[in-house]
Parts: sequence; C-alpha cells; structure tokens
Amino acid sequence: MAGIGGRSGESSSSAFAPIRAWLILPTWLIIGFFLVVPVGTMLVYSFLTKEFRGGVIWEFSLAAYDRFIFDRGLFGDEPPKLELTYITIFARSTIQAAAATLLCLIIGFPTAFYIATRPVSTRAIWLFLVTVPYWVNLLVRTVSMKFLIRESGPLNSFLQWTGAISEPLQIINTDFAVQLGLFYSYLPFMVLPIYASVERYDFALSEAAADLYATRWTILRKVLLPTVKPGIIAGCILVFVPSLGAFLAPDLLGGAKNFMIGSLIEEQFKGNAGNWPFGAAAAMILLSMVLVVLMIYARRQSGRSRE
Amino acid sequence: MKLLKLCAAAILISGGSAQAEGKLSIYHWFEYMPQELLDKFAAEHGVEVTMDTYDSNEAMLASLKAGALGSYDVAVPGDYMVQIMAESGLLDTIAEGELSNMGNIEGQWVDVPFDTGRKHSIPYQWGSTSFSVNTDVYGGDINTTSIIFDPPEELRGKINVLDSQGEVILLANLHLGIPQCSTDRDQLRMLDELLQGAKQHWASFGSDIAKDVLVSGDAAAGMIYNGFSAKARLEGAPIKYAYPREGIIVWMDNVVLLKDAPNRSNALKFMDFLLEPENIAAVTNFARYSPGIMGVTDMLDEELRTAPESVPPADAPAGTFIAVCDEETQSVYDAIWTRLKK
Repeated sequence: MAGIGGRSGESSSSAFAPIRAWLILPTWLIIGFFLVVPVGTMLVYSFLTKEFRGGVIWEFSLAAYDRFIFDRGLFGDEPPKLELTYITIFARSTIQAAAATLLCLIIGFPTAFYIATRPVSTRAIWLFLVTVPYWVNLLVRTVSMKFLIRESGPLNSFLQWTGAISEPLQIINTDFAVQLGLFYSYLPFMVLPIYASVERYDFALSEAAADLYATRWTILRKVLLPTVKPGIIAGCILVFVPSLGAFLAPDLLGGAKNFMIGSLIEEQFKGNAGNWPFGAAAAMILLSMVLVVLMIYARRQSGRSRE
Repeated sequence: MKLLKLCAAAILISGGSAQAEGKLSIYHWFEYMPQELLDKFAAEHGVEVTMDTYDSNEAMLASLKAGALGSYDVAVPGDYMVQIMAESGLLDTIAEGELSNMGNIEGQWVDVPFDTGRKHSIPYQWGSTSFSVNTDVYGGDINTTSIIFDPPEELRGKINVLDSQGEVILLANLHLGIPQCSTDRDQLRMLDELLQGAKQHWASFGSDIAKDVLVSGDAAAGMIYNGFSAKARLEGAPIKYAYPREGIIVWMDNVVLLKDAPNRSNALKFMDFLLEPENIAAVTNFARYSPGIMGVTDMLDEELRTAPESVPPADAPAGTFIAVCDEETQSVYDAIWTRLKK
C-alpha cells in the first residue's frame, strides 16, 4: 500500500526505458478488463430503466437514484420524503465495518508487534500459525463459528459447566455474532501489514528515545506509532473495505434478519425484486463512499509529504 | 494400417449418425433425475439423451432468454415459472391427442392455475410448504399460521422463516385471508403491518438452513418444505409438520415442451414416458417428493408412502400455488419485503 513501497529502483528503471510501455501494458490491460469495464457497465446500468423480472430497458432514467433518496410511501404516490431505509442499511454496514476494523486493530497490533519482536528463526512459525485457518474456505469457517456459539454449542456448554452463567447466552443471530464473524474473517489482513511495518522498525530508535528520558508510553506514541503508521492504515483499509460489502457473516451468523449493503445488492439481482438498475446504483454509491475515504487518506498523505 | 484407421473412423461416423436420428436434449434441475431412468428411455426408444442442469428457476429463464432457446427440447420449471415462460412465449403447445398417457394425470393436477388445460406442461413432482414445530418445546395446537405470525410464548424468538419473498408473503396472505395479488390498499397495509409486527418473534431468515436449524435446535419452529421436514425428522428432530387450517402452500415442478424444440417428437415421447406410473415412481423414490400421476402409490418406498409430510390428514386444507402478480402489485410486495428487512 501507499507509503510502504518507497521509491527504490529509480536508477535501474532507465535500462528498461525503451520498452517501458510494453512492460506496463499487462497491468493496464488487467485494470481495464477487470476494473474499468465492469465498473463502467455498472455505472451505465444504474442510469437505465428496469425491466420487470430482471434485465434493463435501454432508456435513460434516474429512477434508481430517486428510489435511494426519496420515500414515496408503500404505493409510490405520496409526496416525496427523505428515504431512511437505505441510509439505515448503509449506516448499519458502515458501523459494523468500523467496529470490526477497531477490534482487529486492538487485537492485531499487539499480535503483529509480538511476532515482529521474536527471533528471526521463529517468526515464520508465528506467521504460519496466523495464516493456517485461512487455508480453509471462508464459508466453512463461518459455519464452524456458528456451531461454536449456538445456544447448545461448546461455548455455552463450557460457560454453564464452569458456573459462570446459568442460562445459555443468546449470541447467535445477534449483531455481536456478525461482529465476531467479521473480526475473525479479516484479522490477518490487519496483522500482516502491521507486521511488515514493525519488522522494519529500528528498535535503536526506541532505545535512543529512552536514553532521552522518554517514558514507554511516549516512545509508543511519538516514535513507534508514527513509524509504523503506513502499515496500520493499510491494515485498516484492508479490513474496512471488505467488511463493508460482506454478506456471509450477516447471513449465517446474524440470521439475515436485516439487510447489509451486500445482501441488499444481492437481492436486486437474485431475489424476486429483480431491479438491476437499483442494484447497480446501490453498488455505485458504495463504491463512491469507499473512494471518498481513500481520497481523503491520499490527500492527507500527499499534503504531509509536501511539507 | 492407414486403411484400417479409415475403416474404423467410417464405422464410428455411421454409428454416430444412426444414433443421431433420435436425440433428446433436456434442461433440468441438478440431482433431480436418476441416470438409470434416462438410460432406460434411451434404450427403449433408440434415442441419444443429453442433459444440462440449472439451480434455480430464474437462472433457467435467464439462460433461455439469452439464447439457449432452440437447443433444448424440454425443461422442468416450477409452477409460477411455467406461467411466466408461457407469457414470455418460450413454450410450445401440446395439441390434443399428442400425448397418449395424458389420462394418467391425477384429477387435481389436470387443470392447474399456472397452465389452464395443461397446454404446455405435465406434472413432474409436487410438494407442500408450511412449517414444522418442535413438539418438545411446544405441545399446543400447531395447525394454525399463528405459530409463525402470532406465536405462543414458548416459540417466540425461536422461529426461522424461509428467506424467500414469495413463500413468506403467501403464508401471510393466507393468515389474513387476503387474496394473492390483491391491489386493495387496506389489505396491503394490513399485510405490511402483520409482517412488521411478527418479525420481533423471528430468530432468523434462511432457506437452505431450514432443516439444520430444526435438527440442531437453534429454532423450535420453522417454515419448511415437506420433503425437507421429513429429512429433519429422520435425522432425529422431534418435530411435526403442520397443515394450517388457514391454508397451505403447494408447489409443483412440471415438464414443459420448449418452443423451437429441435427434437419435438422425441420430447413428446419423453413426456409420455414420464407419465407412466412405473417411470415417475422411479423419480419419486429418487427425489423423495410426490408424483402427480395415478397408480404410483404401490411402487413407492414404504417410508415415502406413509410419511406424515407426504400424506396430509383428511381435514387438511387444499394447497395454494404462489400466484404470478402484475408489475404494480409485485413492486408493492418488493417494498414490503425491503421494509421488513431494513
């Protein structure tokens, strides 16, 4: 991610100057094919008229965006009010994603720090252990989580056996279960970038700060954190963005009672609703939200480097 | 040596063309047709059978609309999808007398709302959808839709409903005694209010989990398809399948004759073949639902013949198919469903 790569290799690049365009071509083709074309299709579809039972009619229409913003009542003929349904759904997803990011950071940072400060010989084993669960399909892991936390599952049985609780805890089908699922799904995306940053941190800096009578807390705040910040930000983005569109954890652990952004969009294409332009519009709005967050970050970064 | 190869090739080609005179191309649900039965048809009629599969009515419709029409002879859509396909002009008409076994269809399935007069389709398998209740948790009367929409204290917060707009809205309509596709605004508002009020008692929405939550005990009651409920019971769930007096949902998959079928006469032979009790019994024993053909009962597995999920009690209400509503009503249903899940 930004800031980690640095500007190495500028001198060697001149040797490739004559064929630079050809070397970059595959990248541009992939970006064009897998990013520009699909997103462009989505953008175009979001401005078309919906066809009943799926599909689009090639006539320009703002109906999809209108539906997102204005509430015209159950029958669509009341005076328009501000529509809160979709804002609620987007807010719910955003809060869940933000909470998952924070949780991942709180657990992930110490984990990454611990691994990075082990002897070089054992680091590989620790990293290996972090990634082992991710060799198993996400669906299988989410279902396993469901088995663990269900009312008659091992977690509740254990807590009841220890006497900590008398009645089983209702965890499954709650927002907390969704949170647990998101946190568990994306934790390594937080640990690995932070590990990469901390590993390169020169601990002589901490020693120098200590020699200058900085407290441990000050060293963490003023020396370590600013140095590894790019890794933390990369980790936050990698956890936040996929959490925002997740629907596996909400469906399986949350009981699919409330739409998340991902399931709302899915319903427009696979369910009875069959409103493709609205699905495309919701996806475009989600994409815009993510882009705004990334642009704010990019601007702040570039502003800082100019100082 | 070269000559020998040429001869072999010639034999292969002639052999192939002899078979190619009779072909049949089937578009079918996955895991819904025993291979032995296809082999039997191929042997009896000297026809080469090929089959492609799909996993939802909507996927099949999209594929046919996108250009697959004309490459298949028959498909197996669900009830409401037969009507949608007929209205979209995707089905061919079976003329009077073209099927000699038409008389084998059970009386109740001869004239069906989704294909009046059976012009395009014959029955394949059918079943019902209602809900099952864990009798260890609740011992009262289960044959009422109140179990789902106004549940007794013991079941509150322990109910799974299907994550499927069509089935949930139809069951709610039955509960309120409102006709399907009603355009009456007061009735639609009542429907909306009923669902909004009932949601607090529901633990989850899920269709493919419907059996597992009953077996594991995560849910004490749940909307479910009859065959699925029978499987849950066989897996040890102490549940009973309900026949609510307000009404029960019924569904049926049907073999349809597709428009522009490349092998129309073989398609008709195949439909006649499936109308024979012995053959459709093989499908039922494989798929575990119910046939819509007379004279099959004796050929079914003992377990199937007596399963309470397949044999409704004498006082059970008649089943209702999901109706195909016009765009205006469907968009109100969509709005109600979105409000329910916001």
